[in-house]
Amino acid sequence: MNIPDNLKYSKEHEWVRVEEGNIAYIGVTDFAQSELGELVYVEIDTIGETIAKDEVFGTVEAVKTTSELFMPLTAKVLEFNPALDESDGDNPGLINEDPYNEGWIVKVEIQDVAELESLMDAAAYGELTA
Amino acid sequence: MQKTSLYQKHVDLGAKMVPFAGFEMPVYYSNIREEHLAVRNGAGMFDVSHMGEFILKGKGALDLVQAISSNDASVMKIGDAQYTCIPNDDGGIVDDMIVYRLDEDKCSDGEKAFMLVVNASNIKKDWDWISSKNTFECTMTDISDHSGLLAVQGPQAVRLLQTLTQVDLTNVAFYKFTKGTIAGIENVLISGTGYTGSGGLELYVHNSNLEKLWDAIIAIDGITPVGLGARDTLRLEMGYCLYGNDIDDTTSPIEAGLSWITKLKKTADFSSKSIFKAQKKRGYQQKLVGFKVDDRRVPRQGYPIFDEDMNLIGKVTSGTSSPSLEVPIGMGYVNKALAKSGSKIKIQAGKKVLKAEVCKTPFVNTDS
Repeated sequence: MNIPDNLKYSKEHEWVRVEEGNIAYIGVTDFAQSELGELVYVEIDTIGETIAKDEVFGTVEAVKTTSELFMPLTAKVLEFNPALDESDGDNPGLINEDPYNEGWIVKVEIQDVAELESLMDAAAYGELTA
Repeated sequence: MQKTSLYQKHVDLGAKMVPFAGFEMPVYYSNIREEHLAVRNGAGMFDVSHMGEFILKGKGALDLVQAISSNDASVMKIGDAQYTCIPNDDGGIVDDMIVYRLDEDKCSDGEKAFMLVVNASNIKKDWDWISSKNTFECTMTDISDHSGLLAVQGPQAVRLLQTLTQVDLTNVAFYKFTKGTIAGIENVLISGTGYTGSGGLELYVHNSNLEKLWDAIIAIDGITPVGLGARDTLRLEMGYCLYGNDIDDTTSPIEAGLSWITKLKKTADFSSKSIFKAQKKRGYQQKLVGFKVDDRRVPRQGYPIFDEDMNLIGKVTSGTSSPSLEVPIGMGYVNKALAKSGSKIKIQAGKKVLKAEVCKTPFVNTDS
């Protein structure tokens, strides 16, 4: 299972990559995509909204199951990956193929950078999914 | 947790194993969509050895089958298979199953023999139920633990399997069976049945031969291993009921669209026959229908179904994203007024309300 060192992880299997200042990218982990199976749709209906830590910011549909996406830390949703968006690239399979790069889900503005401390590093997340 | 004798084969093929009906079973090897399309367009093989098999034998074997089965087994000849359900006494369904009328080589004069193939999750419940109805001259044997079952399905399945046997497989018609040697294994029960709608065969063998048969078939170029994930999407595209989802102890076969296997005119009495007769006479209250969703969100079991004015009218029993149609599809019970094809319904998926339309099943037209 691929768990990059430069990311932070939530117990709900999302990853956070801080870009610059309080701007970050969020997606689901390799473990999560593998558990979900082939994704067929990603719905993000919270663009422009500030979502509290652990609250739902979207939904992913796999063939076999539906899963909600939980915000790893309080953040404002700035952008939905256009490559996944049904009105644009419409390719949710990118999450299966490349969960940490091309398959990022939302770009956000973190409200309280200190909340990053509450997330797991790669080693801790590796233990959670071992 | 039980394992079929192919457990290690599945793991070695990279299958994702999940608990299902008390067994560790492969849900997929590569992914559900690819495996689904392999069966629709070519051929795939499923290990379904978790299914239960009972042998009924004796002078009263037919009487017992007739007493527990909603279909009419009296019309079956040796070599026939028949889909049916086991009604309970309250108008619900104990299980659905396939009945095989076996040859009588090992029978004495006047005896008949049947094999009942039941859902893995219901083996004990079915056994207890059937035993409780066995007031006839009939011995029952549970052979589930040593019976292996491979479903080889798809438009190319018969042609590809033919390379392993002298038996003319094109002669094994839909819901007929024969016995023969495949891949050097004698006495394989070769059945023209399946749960995919894409044609093919199901092969019953003793567990001691299961690995050998699996190896011989998987070595054929063009036959893909397929997990239970695609088994579910394939059956759902055909509108086939899954016990525990679309039918259960509380659902009527009449309301589930299984009137065609509920033979109310058969001479023998069976559980709930009078209830089903009354339902048929006064008309059912609700009906199991198929629907297509006009959204990308996928309906799932348990989601509530509403009419256009948001009155609750039923619930989703099965749902998936159809790999063939690339739209979300599902089945569920709705009240009679909205059971007609073309009726507009709404489905609640979390906070979102999805538009859907009742449609005819099968959702997908296959040639077989």
